[in-house]
Amino acid sequence: MTGTPDSPPSDRWNAGVLPYAQMGYYEPDYVPKPTDVLVAFRISPQPGVPPEEAGAAVAGESSTATWTVVWTDRLTAHEHYQAKCYRVDPVPGREGEYIAYIAYDIDLFEEGSIANLTSSIIGNVFGFKALKALRLEDMRIPLAYVKTFQGPPHGIVMEREYLNKYGRPLLGATTKPKLGLSARNYGRVVYEALRGGLDFTKDDENINSQPFMRWRDRYLFTMEAVNRATEQTGEIKGHYLNVTAATMEDMYERAEFAKELGSVIVMADLTVGYTALQSMSRWARRNGVILHLHRAGHGTYTRQKNHGVSFRVIAKWCRLIGVDHIHAGTVVGKLEGDPSMVRGYYDTLRLGTVPLNLGQGIYFEQEWGSMPGTMPVASGGIHAGQMHQLLGYLGEDVVLQFGGGTIGHPMGVAAGATANRVAVEAMIKARNEGRDFRAEGDTILAEAAKGCQPLQTALDTWGDITFNYESTDTPDVVATPTA
Amino acid sequence: MRITQGTFSYLPDLSDDEVAAQIQYAIDQGWSIAVEFTDDPHPRNFLWDMWGLPMFDIADAAAGLHEVRACRDAYPERYIRVNAYDASLGRQTTALSFIVNRPSREPGFRLDRQEGSDRQIRYSLQAYAAQRPAGERYGRNETPNGAGHPGPASG
Amino acid sequence: MSANAGPASSGFAMPRPGPGSAGANGATGPGDPEDTGTATPEPLSADDTVELGEEQQAQRLSRMLDEFDGEFVGLAPVKARVREIAALLLIDRLRQRYGLTSSRPSLHMCFTGSPGTGKTTVAMHMGEMLRELGYLRKGQLVSVTRDDLVGQYVGHTAPKTKEVLKRAMGGVLLIDEAYYLYRPENERDYGQEAIEILLQFMEAHREDLVVILAGYADRMDVFFRSNPGMASRVAHHIDFPDFTLDELMQIAGLMLDREQYQLSGPAREAFMEYVGLRMTQPRFANARSIRNAIDRMRLRQARRLVAAGGTIGRSSLMEISEADVRASRVFGDPPAPGDAPPPDADSHQ
Repeated sequence: MTGTPDSPPSDRWNAGVLPYAQMGYYEPDYVPKPTDVLVAFRISPQPGVPPEEAGAAVAGESSTATWTVVWTDRLTAHEHYQAKCYRVDPVPGREGEYIAYIAYDIDLFEEGSIANLTSSIIGNVFGFKALKALRLEDMRIPLAYVKTFQGPPHGIVMEREYLNKYGRPLLGATTKPKLGLSARNYGRVVYEALRGGLDFTKDDENINSQPFMRWRDRYLFTMEAVNRATEQTGEIKGHYLNVTAATMEDMYERAEFAKELGSVIVMADLTVGYTALQSMSRWARRNGVILHLHRAGHGTYTRQKNHGVSFRVIAKWCRLIGVDHIHAGTVVGKLEGDPSMVRGYYDTLRLGTVPLNLGQGIYFEQEWGSMPGTMPVASGGIHAGQMHQLLGYLGEDVVLQFGGGTIGHPMGVAAGATANRVAVEAMIKARNEGRDFRAEGDTILAEAAKGCQPLQTALDTWGDITFNYESTDTPDVVATPTA
Repeated sequence: MRITQGTFSYLPDLSDDEVAAQIQYAIDQGWSIAVEFTDDPHPRNFLWDMWGLPMFDIADAAAGLHEVRACRDAYPERYIRVNAYDASLGRQTTALSFIVNRPSREPGFRLDRQEGSDRQIRYSLQAYAAQRPAGERYGRNETPNGAGHPGPASG
Repeated sequence: MSANAGPASSGFAMPRPGPGSAGANGATGPGDPEDTGTATPEPLSADDTVELGEEQQAQRLSRMLDEFDGEFVGLAPVKARVREIAALLLIDRLRQRYGLTSSRPSLHMCFTGSPGTGKTTVAMHMGEMLRELGYLRKGQLVSVTRDDLVGQYVGHTAPKTKEVLKRAMGGVLLIDEAYYLYRPENERDYGQEAIEILLQFMEAHREDLVVILAGYADRMDVFFRSNPGMASRVAHHIDFPDFTLDELMQIAGLMLDREQYQLSGPAREAFMEYVGLRMTQPRFANARSIRNAIDRMRLRQARRLVAAGGTIGRSSLMEISEADVRASRVFGDPPAPGDAPPPDADSHQ
């Protein structure tokens, strides 16, 4: 490659511009190492740009290259540090779109730092003119790198043992209205929902510390509500106190106060950034408090199929950071979520080994070692009448949050909570008994409602509500059933 | 009052057939079954008394139900629950836990508040039943005996 | 899913799994899949009729019985009794479907006979058949002897026996040489405690468990006379007669075929002589003794072939010669009165 003293140097090092593919960023024969970080990008090259060159360009611009040859590259073992695009596949049915697979050596990254991982991979390349659009579809984190992250402060198993609740989805609700309640009335809503039967209630993502309710007052009134509800039911209850703030110091101050008041759980918004989240994660593990993450703002970059970052990658990063809860989609609610895609997110968060499954958008097998799972949270426009669908699509290790579906109940907040709780217990009981709950769900709910007026009212009020819109992010590949 | 610990507490009390159905589900999943009882209903009390050892090798729910009934006979006035445990890698924890017997009267809890500075309150939860010594909380003259044998009615 | 949703009770009208109200039709536990034909049977009205042949087919019963007949050599009385029991249970099920009273027939059994007459194998088949008919939920076989039930010290027996019984729930518990539980001459023996617990379970868990006691007929007799409680709970006594010479030869033939050996003509005659002699000697264990004899003949064949040396072909490897048979001590002179008896004929030389 480089010249020896007797032979002239190759063209690689002549000053000027070379196609990326010739600079070593496209290597179709490269066999990825088990310690490589592997990334799948969905690329839409500009007309006239060959896909391999586009893939190589992405590899280059997200690792060592710049737009022109630089002699200082020769001061490094540059083949080691340059990313390699080793495969480019056209996307079936979508003209001009390709999936480029790129391998990065593990040495490119700082141990245990999501900020570095993201700056490295997505920090530079997304504005690249040669591409019309670019989406980070999936990322394989090698086990060696996974082990440098703390992971969820507690994880699914530990959370259940902490709360002493097994065998069914957990239930929550966001206090509504989103904004405007003062602290005392906020506490009332929390109390009613918890004593009615929910396990958790939640600050909304934009409830931080506003003039109509400051954080300290909210925390005090809320913890009175939580403790009263525990007294009324004999169960452990919690409210996610939002510690999101302008600075890290403020976040710590709020989190410490929440802990002092005895809250079992706190929450933060994704908008605080990966660095703040990693700090909070460490704090949560050291202080024995469950950490809930609201994925505020993700929709700006996760939703479009051709550009942005897929939520499954965000989910992976958040499990590494880690968090104990993360909102991950409902399928049947008001927010975006194709069933196969959502299944992919849930598997990514919960399983110990996630197998490759293009139908679910999983482009790489991901090995998590023994890192505990993050509990996915389903929130947004769901109600008790959908319980069989929720259980069918999402499984048992999930937090189901019925904000409007609890607080909007005609008989009151507590009744709304009871309706949801009876619905989930009845559905689990029926499933365990061997009934086909997916097909008989309506019947099972109707039977349970005979002994529970709140549930009957909930079914009457919302029974027909569905949100049927075409999904904007669907899989490229649909698994066809084998004969 | 009715404490709502356990997976099915918001449904009407399970009949024996329904208990057997859940136990069979657990057996079919490969989980072991254990019966536990207590007279201390505090939500943080996870150490209920064990009624015998967990049953690992049973094929049929009747075996589990047999032990549930035996425990009920011995301690009719205590909380009794069935735990199913999943020992597989990645879980190794309780998979299902539900109450199968309750005392006839559940007096509930008292919330004690200790006012501190800065409007902060220290909360403490007391079960009314726990004011009496163990064994005398719900029924009378029970011998607390976790060895899996029915306790004799002592004077 | 299930047609009979059980009696509608106040409050929750959710279908209750498990047996219906009257008696116990032993119908499946909930969630039992459709394959075994043990789904809750449909009720019949007074005018309905049932084609018995079809009914048995539907239950896969006739096929099971035919397989059972085909698999075992001899055992004519056993096969007859098994068919009788199957018929009884079939009719009982039909009666239930018509809504006629039927208390669940007692199914505990006693198998008597010498060792090696097929008692354990039949017990296993019995479990499967009862599951097919819906009288047992799982049909597994748990096979124990006295030592598995009785403890060595105070307080040891009850949990030990209960553990075994719990493992057997849903299926069949076979207690081999059950009479050893009863040792009245030893006052510190805990076998009596095991018997008590067995009796309780046999009564209280008639729908969950079938107990089969097995052993020699005469000793079983003594056991039952001393334990009338046990005798009264065992409804079916099946005797497993010793095999005849012809039947034993048939069994030997099947075993040899399976192992891919052949007896030469003279060897076959010699073997028949052997069996005829061996049958009369003490501690003859029927099919098991045939198995042992075949193993010893294979040993002698191997020794002979290796001692002879030279080249060898496939047929030599398969053939058992007369000499391999005749070498047995069974063919030796019978002992004179006063002599020590010959070494145990079943032991290896």
